[in-house]
Amino acid sequence: MKEKRKHVIVAGGGVAGMEAAGSLAEMGIRVTLIEKGEDPGGHLLQWHALFPGRRPAEEVRKYLRKRIAHENINIITRTTVEKIRHHGHEIIADLSGGTEERADAVIVATGFDLFDAHRKEEYGYGIYDNVITSADLEEMFNRKRVVRADGSVPSRIGFIHCVGSRDEKVNNNHCSKVCCVAAVKQAIEVRKLLPQCEVFCFYMDMRMFGPYYEELYRESQEVHNVNYIRGKVSEASVNINNRLVIKVEDTLAGRPLKMELDLMVLMVGMEMSKSGARLAEASGLNTGINRFLESADHHYGSNRSGVAGIFYAGTCTAPMNITDTISHSRAAVEETVRYLGGR
Amino acid sequence: MSSDIFIWPFNLGLYFILIYSVVRSTIWFRNLSRADKLRLQRGFFGMPFMQSIREIFMESLLHRRIFKKNPVLGYMHMSLAFGWFLLIVFGTIEADFFGERHLNPPSHAIFFRWFNPEHGTTGLASLYGHWMDFLLAFILSGLLLAIFKRFIPGMMGMKKTTRHTWTDRIALTSLWLIFPSRLLAESFTCGVHGSGGFLTGNLGAALSSLLPAADIAPYFWWLYSLSLGTFFFLLPVTRYFHIPVELLLIFMRNSGITTADRWSAYTEVQTHACSSCGVCISVCQMSRAAGINDMQSTYFVKGLRNERDIAAITANCLMCGRCDEVCPVGIELGPLRLIERRQGERPATMLSFFDRYGLTRRREHIEREQTQSYSYLAPEKEQPADVLFFAGCMTHLTPSVIVAMKKILDSAGVRYRFMDEQGGVCCGRPLMLAGRDREARELINHNSDIIWKSGAKTLVTSCPICYKVFRESYYLEAQVMHHSEFINLLIEEGSLRLGYLHRRVVYHDPCDLGRGSGIYDEPRAVISYVAELQSVAEERSMSLCCGGSLGNLTLSSEKRAMIAADTARTLTQSAPDELITACPLCKKTFVQATETRVSDIAELVAAALPRPVRKTRSRASLTAVKTATDG
Ligand SMILES: Cc1cc2nc3c(=O)[nH]c(=O)nc-3n(C[C@H](O)[C@H](O)[C@H](O)COP(=O)(O)OP(=O)(O)OC[C@H]3O[C@@H](n4cnc5c(N)ncnc54)[C@H](O)[C@@H]3O)c2cc1C
Ligand code: SF4
Ligand code: SF4
Ligand code: SF4
Ligand code: SF4
Repeated sequence: MKEKRKHVIVAGGGVAGMEAAGSLAEMGIRVTLIEKGEDPGGHLLQWHALFPGRRPAEEVRKYLRKRIAHENINIITRTTVEKIRHHGHEIIADLSGGTEERADAVIVATGFDLFDAHRKEEYGYGIYDNVITSADLEEMFNRKRVVRADGSVPSRIGFIHCVGSRDEKVNNNHCSKVCCVAAVKQAIEVRKLLPQCEVFCFYMDMRMFGPYYEELYRESQEVHNVNYIRGKVSEASVNINNRLVIKVEDTLAGRPLKMELDLMVLMVGMEMSKSGARLAEASGLNTGINRFLESADHHYGSNRSGVAGIFYAGTCTAPMNITDTISHSRAAVEETVRYLGGR
Repeated sequence: MSSDIFIWPFNLGLYFILIYSVVRSTIWFRNLSRADKLRLQRGFFGMPFMQSIREIFMESLLHRRIFKKNPVLGYMHMSLAFGWFLLIVFGTIEADFFGERHLNPPSHAIFFRWFNPEHGTTGLASLYGHWMDFLLAFILSGLLLAIFKRFIPGMMGMKKTTRHTWTDRIALTSLWLIFPSRLLAESFTCGVHGSGGFLTGNLGAALSSLLPAADIAPYFWWLYSLSLGTFFFLLPVTRYFHIPVELLLIFMRNSGITTADRWSAYTEVQTHACSSCGVCISVCQMSRAAGINDMQSTYFVKGLRNERDIAAITANCLMCGRCDEVCPVGIELGPLRLIERRQGERPATMLSFFDRYGLTRRREHIEREQTQSYSYLAPEKEQPADVLFFAGCMTHLTPSVIVAMKKILDSAGVRYRFMDEQGGVCCGRPLMLAGRDREARELINHNSDIIWKSGAKTLVTSCPICYKVFRESYYLEAQVMHHSEFINLLIEEGSLRLGYLHRRVVYHDPCDLGRGSGIYDEPRAVISYVAELQSVAEERSMSLCCGGSLGNLTLSSEKRAMIAADTARTLTQSAPDELITACPLCKKTFVQATETRVSDIAELVAAALPRPVRKTRSRASLTAVKTATDG
């Protein structure tokens, strides 16, 4: 009798899930990639250009699309993985719509959710017309039109860092890691698109953690004249001219500051995804105090769940950029293959 | 007579406690302010005295309030207090009526059976004996419950019992011994003489058939007297001192004395009147939702009584007022905490056993240093207005409330001025809650100046926190209204045209608006006018705090989140479409704690406003109607 081919389910078709599926397929393993949305791609589908080099996001999307175009990969979209359970040697994934999928192992790659800016009401998202999020701005870049709600061109834009991150009041103490550099990237893009527009970033600390990030930050100041103000924005309102007025505690200058803006961009942070959290809860997977999935070991087991046959890949465990997501995902594949071989 | 010396522990204890109580009350009286002394004197010859007698009967003896909260606990307190009271009254009558003389010393009533061992075998006297036995049984049933409660507190639906000091324990033991030893002493004596009611008689007969009752009886009479004497001697230094002090408190309160804002003889009487019943512990959300069990009001009051440094306990409280609401003794716990918050640093003293009998001990007022000044605030220029709208700093963090209020005021055609549109000065209440009254006063003066100069008749605010301080600590001519009251007024006078929203909503009473200011009905009237209002558990005066309280500056955000989640869960039990509140801080807190949509009452009303109809559109529809009727 021919040995049955191994089968792995990948839950979530973002960067992490697509890379994992591709790697597994390459090794002759049968993969079912299950994605909640219309198409695989995850958050990358929304981005216009990527830091640090500002290459078009489409290049990375193209790479990933090619990666999953493989005969060993079966892609199921518009389907949510709701629960993962053990059944003898098999693992069963319960899917939305009442169907189920059986496999030898599962890689969880459910990614993150953007912080819902409505929850930080003092910034006026959804209340004032010209308050947008970093994701909305990417959308504007895609359309090559950065304008105010009334169609006019802004002459001063402010980026507010740490919206929904490092903020006890919204129960998020963690740093989302990528938003500082994303703001730097977006600030440069605004300056290039609208040379007449002043740009201010309001930050707590600048966290330039990756290669070429610090260089990008420098470039933004030296070449593109982006202004950085260390301070926490406490609230926003609108004046009679329908310009936004923000109150900032300038922590370097040590005094409160008021500034008028035409457009305010909220650098929303990364949170554990809601559908990932539901999956974890239903399947009995541990989550940490930051609510992301908690790995079996912080240093040498960040892909392991602690449950046999279930592995983690990408930002479902912590905020990461694309580079780290892909590395993490490949490591998850290595762990999975080792697990399958040992059985 | 030599065998009668056993009565002396009781006699000494009784005379001690009577003299001590009289002296201590006199000193308290002397320490009252002139005005309060006068109130008390007037009260003594007027209605307050009669009211107090009634209240003492209902509360200190029958324990009606505890009864309402918790019938088992109420029965326990009632059987002990009321039962003992009846036993003393009927015992005195018995001694007077059946004893050899009239006007006996108290010991003759208390130890009646010892002095009249053969009494009551026939007729009326025997009936009376049964009655006395019944009273004893009544007390013993309560005692049994008390013992159960001590060892299995969960039984009474109480989460925790208060912690005890060793003096409390000795006093408690002697209290518990009083009635069982009386039962046995009487039974043995009755057993020897073949007398006694249904309880002592039968028990006595049984015991004497087995044991040498005549030899044993004196030991129990000694135990009875000793436990009474010990209890009386320890009374002033234990929590049981609350029994006599509560009587004084009731009389003082009925005479119109209030807590005010400084330590006084009245606040001291209050601290001694706490019975450590623990009712305040079980309602406190700090324990039930956040697992914090050391700051509840009974511990706070005990710290005051014992002169401890209780700064941490004092600060770690939501000031939600739930405990005030339920305290059966009626201690003004919130105001007491505020007084303590106003104090400067206090060295911790360890009172010795004898210090605690101290007659003249008083809590000193320690002036707190002023740390900041707002003298830089320049007076603003005069800007007249009929209606002033003050959003408040908290509302500026919830701009949707401001947007909604503007829509409502405009739609009703109210001519108003938005007092702090470009940012204003804080109302002062957060500083007051932190015990910084002098600093708060500067802000209050600044805002009062603006309000007076405007000549406004009405001051509308969106924040219950501001509302409370405007009403209580500002001296204003303008009528202060919370926006829920004002919207209700607009609806009632027909200035607001509103549609009906097909939404099922629940309402959360914000602490400072509900319990703090007594506004319960107006918000409900407004909500019911535009949507379907469902009721929730723990409404109105027992409403839960959202956990976001400005009254606590030491609570961690994790603990706050736990309280918020617990409250949100209670409120959304019926899976409503929307959770409505009337406080910007509550809104901000709940948004983080629940998936249910959270809105301020103003937002709900704004959503029910008719949509502004475009001019061109309406003309088009007019012509459409016209042609339809023409055709
Ligand atoms: C504003 C912003 C800009 C950024 N810009 C850059 C950049 O320029 N360069 C860079 O390197 N990184 C950037 N990043 C980071 C980058 O977006 C992430 O590293 C990457 O998206 C992580 O991929 P992921 O697969 O882990 O998660 P996701 O992209 O979140 O993908 C997860 C997928 O799983 C699906 N899913 C979730 N739950 C389930 C379920 N139960 N069942 C089925 N499917 C499910 C989701 O629908 C989603 O498609 C940026 C991030 C932000 C917030
Ligand atoms: S990366 Fe920067 S903006 Fe994002 S949470 Fe961290 S410090 Fe804040
Ligand atoms: S403060 Fe009131 S409720 Fe609390 S223990 Fe004392 S008497 Fe009981
Ligand atoms: S005011 Fe509220 S938080 Fe404070 S002790 Fe009373 S019940 Fe507890
Ligand atoms: S935020 Fe609202 S509910 Fe909470 S303490 Fe304040 S007024 Fe009360």
